[in-house]
Amino acid sequence: MYDFAYHRPKSIADAVNLLKSKPEARPMSGGMTLIPTLKQRLAKPSDVVDLGGLKELAGIKIEGNNVVIGAMTRHADVATSADVKRVIPALAGLASHIGDPQVRNRGTIGGSIANNDPAADYPAAVVALNATVTTNSGKHTADSFFKGLFETALADGELITSVSFPKADKAAYMKFPNPASRYAMVGVFVAKTGNNVRVAVTGAGPCVFRVKEMEDALARSFTSDAIKDIKIPADALNSDIHGSAEYRAHLVTVMARRAVDAANK
Amino acid sequence: MTISVAMTVNGKPASGKVEARTLLVQFLREHLGMTGTHVGCDTSQCGACVVHVDGKSIKSCTILAVQAEGSNVLTIEGLAESADKLHPMQEAFRENHALQCGFCTPGMVMSAIDMVKRHDYQLDEPTVRRELEGNLCRCTGYHNIVKAILAAAPAMKAAGV
Repeated sequence: MYDFAYHRPKSIADAVNLLKSKPEARPMSGGMTLIPTLKQRLAKPSDVVDLGGLKELAGIKIEGNNVVIGAMTRHADVATSADVKRVIPALAGLASHIGDPQVRNRGTIGGSIANNDPAADYPAAVVALNATVTTNSGKHTADSFFKGLFETALADGELITSVSFPKADKAAYMKFPNPASRYAMVGVFVAKTGNNVRVAVTGAGPCVFRVKEMEDALARSFTSDAIKDIKIPADALNSDIHGSAEYRAHLVTVMARRAVDAANK
Repeated sequence: MTISVAMTVNGKPASGKVEARTLLVQFLREHLGMTGTHVGCDTSQCGACVVHVDGKSIKSCTILAVQAEGSNVLTIEGLAESADKLHPMQEAFRENHALQCGFCTPGMVMSAIDMVKRHDYQLDEPTVRRELEGNLCRCTGYHNIVKAILAAAPAMKAAGV
């Protein structure tokens, strides 16, 4: 690891000022991705701005029909929250399968979403549940937030403060985990609210994406049979030692069907 | 960048000067000389480095020492009541021969204690196996590790730890 200057600001404003005044600074929330990245010398930030001192960013609230999760809330706290389990059980379930217990004790929702790893779980929930990402300077819709491989709509020095998830009538997330890392080879989050259905896929491509054809079919009939013949083109999907693009394309339909069945239970 | 850190380790104050990039596990092993916590993979996968920070199990190879400033850290060295009275989890590991080479053992024991407490001393075999997903045993000696954890849960409850 290259050395860096370390800061632990006490307020969001101080954190933003630090990030804006030092162009090579990086924010750190749980560090579950950043620290391994630094160890491999894949990044060389001049400064690391540790958000661990910003207690106001951690916590879970119910606001009307929404579950609002502070950016520094750990995966373990989302997984075990009585409020999340009651209002959006699929979201608690998703959090309970991220990494392993020790990673869940450190990793945060804000860090996961800001990093936008193509195999991360949370982006699928944000997109399928049509969540709103709130930052120190504004709000982003789910569909406008995830831009591409490790790329989001966040500007330099813009920090996520919370993510607001609207309650769905039915929702489920099904993941085919890589057996070593537990990252999603393919994960599909399906959510139905009224007649509106959203299907979000993570792990399969360079960035989370929606499957319009499945959404339309499920809006007509919310059953796993309605999407059994829908095939995803493999062209733009990920191919690596764990699975080919064709295999991932096949898994998208399999996991989507399992998610619909789970949501109907 | 050199930074002073201070924390509580196994109930005693511990402090030192570290670099910003010093990992908690390096601080424990190289600065404090507490080598009970092991470094296995150094990539947050194997769990040999698990310690408790403020009561939660974490991988000490994936947290900076400065992030643990002011925290309460518990390592494998802090478990036994005395030289001849082991923690019930350590005792269960010995009774059940839950180790072969022993390299993963400190992390296994620390994860296991956290697991027992989070499940309110009530565990079954599938739960133990699922909960161990962050700890790898290169000798593949999982069977006796699972047995030990199942045996330790009621023993910990009885001992009030």
